Amino acid sequence: MPEQAEGTAVSPTTEVRDFLRRRREQIAQRWADEPLFRAVFTVSRDEAVEAGKAVVDALAQVADAARVEDPDAAGFTTVREQLARMGAARSRAGLSTAQVSSELATLRPPVENLLLADLPDASADDARACVTTLSVLMGTLRVVVMQTALSEGQALIDRQRLQLMEVATPVIKLWDGIVAVPLIGTLDSARSQVVMETLLESIVEQQARYAILDITGVPTVDSLVAQHLMKTVAAARLMGAECIVSGIRPAIAQTMVHLGLDLGTVVTRASLADALGHVLHQLGVGIVNPVANGPVAR
Amino acid sequence: MNESFPGPQAGPVTGHVPVLRLGEVLLVTLQGDLHDSTAQQLQQDLAETISRTGTTGVITGVIIDISGVEIVDSFLGRVLAEIAGQTELLAARSVVVGMRPAVAITLVELGLTLPGVHTALSTEVAMDLLTRHAPSSRFGGLRQESP
Repeated sequence: MPEQAEGTAVSPTTEVRDFLRRRREQIAQRWADEPLFRAVFTVSRDEAVEAGKAVVDALAQVADAARVEDPDAAGFTTVREQLARMGAARSRAGLSTAQVSSELATLRPPVENLLLADLPDASADDARACVTTLSVLMGTLRVVVMQTALSEGQALIDRQRLQLMEVATPVIKLWDGIVAVPLIGTLDSARSQVVMETLLESIVEQQARYAILDITGVPTVDSLVAQHLMKTVAAARLMGAECIVSGIRPAIAQTMVHLGLDLGTVVTRASLADALGHVLHQLGVGIVNPVANGPVAR
Repeated sequence: MNESFPGPQAGPVTGHVPVLRLGEVLLVTLQGDLHDSTAQQLQQDLAETISRTGTTGVITGVIIDISGVEIVDSFLGRVLAEIAGQTELLAARSVVVGMRPAVAITLVELGLTLPGVHTALSTEVAMDLLTRHAPSSRFGGLRQESP
């Protein structure tokens, strides 16, 4: 309002705060038409308006605390969850980070226009100061949304990594009393631990006397992983099962010898088939080629 | 025998652990946390039982079922290894049965891989192991013919 704008003692942040509180409804209405809000709150427009109001309130609170440049300002904490949902929803819709950021940028012009419309009598300097403050505030909002969305993304990645670790270590029953773990991909310490635990659990579950660790799909083995393999073999032995390691690649074998690792007590076989053959032999089971028994039509 | 301490000492099993005789095999089932003195008592009991029954029949194996044990510390680990060694000296074999995965991992992490201790998944497998691959001394010695 003109009489307020004329007061030279009023700082730009207070001015912006008052403006935000005054124009809360209009800003929210205009935001609800922007692609960001429209795409996220598809069910009803009122919902988008409500969400917009909450964001305006948060911005006013931040302006009130005169911390327009601080993404950690207390005002943002109340809307962080909502902003993260919005950011995540846009990312899920297939938008890149830059696209989400530019969608956020489109929130600024409507507010700026409203602010300028509210300051027709203010001096050019005052108006510029207010617009600058608002721009900074909107910029901070953008940072907050991106920051929150990214940390949500990180949490998602962490969850998926855990899931992947469990999914990537399937324990297969090959025969009565024989289980196998075909390991694929890079083994790190954490994954080796998961492998050890799942294998030992399945030994109990399946009452398996033999366990085959097939590392054909493992490109490299360092000394730590080799140590973990040894530990797995030792633990399986303590439980009463014999562990066979199969599919050690030539390069890995070379590395192991270079590292001076002694797999002396561990039974190793060239391939999973060899290991299965060895174990079946130990169990006294043989597989006979049907051709040897004469041509039988099947 | 062993007076247990008053107060909240109900947890660890104290005193004797029952040793069952099944033909030529002794069966010991450990339950819950084992007191150190009980473990030593068991070690002594087993040695005496094996040597004493030498006159009434031959003991060829000892099965120690630890499926009910949640924690195996380094002391119990050592006792198990010693039991294995001493039964071997008395011409019998011992098999540790049913170790839980968590216990096995802990023992391995502690560096106690119990070399020389036979293991099996279940008492059934252990029984099979003891009766099928009996030590040769059993056949070489004088045995009373069954009437």
